[in-house]
Amino acid sequence: MPLLLPDFTPALPEIFLACAAMALLMLGVFQGEKSAKEVSWLSVAALVIAGALVASRGMERRTGLEDMFIVDGFSMFMKLFVIAGASIALIAAIRFNAREKTERFEFPILILLATTGMMMMISANDLISLYLGLELQSLSLYILTSYNRDDVRSTEAGLKYFVLGAVSSGMLLYGSSMVYGFAGTTSFTSLAEIFGSTDSGSIGIIIGIVFISAGLAFKVSAVPFHMWTPDVYEGAPSQVTSFLSVAPKIAAMALFTRILYDPFGHLVGEWRQIIATISLLSMAVGALGAISQRNFKRLMAYISIGHMGYALAAFAAGTEDGVRGVLIYMAMYVFMVGGTFAIILCMRRDGKAVERIDDLAGLARTQPALAVALAIFMFSMAGIPPLAGFWSKFYVFYAAINANLYTLAILGMVISVVGAFYYIRIVKIMFFDEPAGAFDTPLGAELAGVIFVTALATVLFGIFPSPIISGAEAAAASFFAG
Amino acid sequence: MIALAFWLFATLTVASAVMVISARNTVHSVLFLIFCFFNAAGLFVLLGAEFLAMILVVVYVGAVAVLFLFVVMMLDIDFTELRQGFLRYLPVGIVVGVVLCVEIVFVFKTWILNPDMATVAAAVTPPLDQISNTQALGSLIYTHYVYAFQASGLILLVAMIGAIMLTHRARVGVRKQTISTQVARKREDAVTVVKVPTGEGI
Amino acid sequence: MDALLREYLPILIFVGIAVGLSAIMVLASYVIARQNPDSEKLSPYECGFDPFENARGRFDVRYYLVAILFIIFDLEVAFLFPWAVTFGTLGLFGFWSMMVFLGVLTIGFIYEWKKGALEWE
Repeated sequence: MPLLLPDFTPALPEIFLACAAMALLMLGVFQGEKSAKEVSWLSVAALVIAGALVASRGMERRTGLEDMFIVDGFSMFMKLFVIAGASIALIAAIRFNAREKTERFEFPILILLATTGMMMMISANDLISLYLGLELQSLSLYILTSYNRDDVRSTEAGLKYFVLGAVSSGMLLYGSSMVYGFAGTTSFTSLAEIFGSTDSGSIGIIIGIVFISAGLAFKVSAVPFHMWTPDVYEGAPSQVTSFLSVAPKIAAMALFTRILYDPFGHLVGEWRQIIATISLLSMAVGALGAISQRNFKRLMAYISIGHMGYALAAFAAGTEDGVRGVLIYMAMYVFMVGGTFAIILCMRRDGKAVERIDDLAGLARTQPALAVALAIFMFSMAGIPPLAGFWSKFYVFYAAINANLYTLAILGMVISVVGAFYYIRIVKIMFFDEPAGAFDTPLGAELAGVIFVTALATVLFGIFPSPIISGAEAAAASFFAG
Repeated sequence: MIALAFWLFATLTVASAVMVISARNTVHSVLFLIFCFFNAAGLFVLLGAEFLAMILVVVYVGAVAVLFLFVVMMLDIDFTELRQGFLRYLPVGIVVGVVLCVEIVFVFKTWILNPDMATVAAAVTPPLDQISNTQALGSLIYTHYVYAFQASGLILLVAMIGAIMLTHRARVGVRKQTISTQVARKREDAVTVVKVPTGEGI
Repeated sequence: MDALLREYLPILIFVGIAVGLSAIMVLASYVIARQNPDSEKLSPYECGFDPFENARGRFDVRYYLVAILFIIFDLEVAFLFPWAVTFGTLGLFGFWSMMVFLGVLTIGFIYEWKKGALEWE
């Protein structure tokens, strides 16, 4: 009997990553808990190899595995940044786990499996593969959130995340079943054909899209589905939050873009108003919620809600410019937020991790390098040129204005001025307040390296943004080529 | 006959679902849930989805509901206390429910199947009178949907890792029987023959 | 379709008889037996004392792990049924597809075995 294999080559990086995770699981369990560090570094190596495999594929649009899987320039770009986000979080976590005595070899393995899920989400070309990728990712994240199982806050955060995540998955499934019921297919390719030929969707399809969008808005923590974010960010162990806040956001945003632009791309008139509203609300809630925060991780939760709002503003454009804006925004987001969380992981005083904003007081005098790095991230997130964050906001509003979304663009700019308040407040606390005492040194080569690289990237991509912008342009072009 | 069976199963499903959320005793709730699953399985059989019906009984009744029962019996919580807010939130709940219902009615009133549907989504499964439901599924899951199949395998693996990571504790101070060491033990390890001179003791 | 459902008719009749029989037994005990309750008769009896605690004992948390691992393997088995039914027509790829799936779960099984999750004490 012949062995008729489907074309699985497009999914090679995912297959590799899954196999690596299982191999490392075996290595870890046979060597015992002491192998945690070794498994972590091997996981980083696996991520790097997977990244190389992704990059080696090129930008050509191809589907595989019976049309359930798609690779193109867009997926390549997003996957590379997911892998970058996961690697940053994993490297930064190694030293943190060692200090907190929370080393377990399952930690890197769950990160690998979650990353596999994210890459599957980015490459989903079918409602079924979308859901499976999403669940693989979410399930790993729920477990990671309650990683410190003896800590009440961590388990509570895990439970909250799980319950609300299950509700959002339910909404997504309900929407998918609506779409399937009315269109008769789950494949994105066929859906695009259907909606391309009949110009407007029936009300059932619209309701399906609304439910799918609601489910995905939860995953990117956009308002009004953001309630879980501050609690989960604060409650989850810091090394997990630093992973949670970067890679899953990129993957969910990529998935969101894929599903609304590709199969439902012809219905842009139907969903644009939803996305624009979500975007505006997220920017506003992110900015206003962040003002009164005292806990750094909670502040970061509101900041990330706001960032998702900006990325969605480009998204709402519904054009190639919009996709480019989303890509650039998410790329810069990796470095700024990844770096900031590496600094949060450094915040230890007298052998105990601290996470209040006041603990940063006078950091410029006690640890000037750290303070400068954090100031770079804060100014960049505020969108001050010539840092990377300026370009990401610039291309977002450029896309929004080109699509005639003037209200959204203008309100977004106003809100980003409000947002500058709490970014600059942190800088003020670090540079002008009385020192609250130095953080424990040495930071460790891993953390220092991550902070240095991310800060350097934030500055360099601010001054020379052309590699990211031309890459995003090519990726967006290949997204629309198919 | 089929109509009678349908109304019987449908009524019992809804009635037991209502009992799940209104029963005072949580254990009774879970038992009603099991009953609800059984009736839903009956409905699946009426639709010709035999495999789903059997899975509902095997997995949901056999495993999930039993797990619920375990959890209910594990946590010594006074659930009547937790229900205190029930009446307070009832109006809001009813409003949300009614809105959802109206929406669903609207959707079904305008149920227009896409004209292209028949051509685009040429049914992948052969009709039910030619091949049984389980066979139709089997001929698709492992080959056509191999990607989804393997992905669900990975999800189960993550679930396994998670369950162990979050609940397993290696107990200290437990004496375990290690059969291999027991068997591998030689006579020299345990017994020594000492030559005792007569009349002296050891 | 009808032919399919006709195969289920005996089961339906069986279920009907089971329900009817149990209903008759419960009702009969009400109708035939003498009913003359008082508060002493209805109270639980525990060697002459009032009951000390709730009759429902609590389960050990460890059951939870066993139960959840059981569910996972139960789901795995659920995938085996259609595979077994169509085994003859699936071809080599269908066979290896299942072997890979089982391989993934075997890795999980080795993990839990080595972790000691299957040991009770």
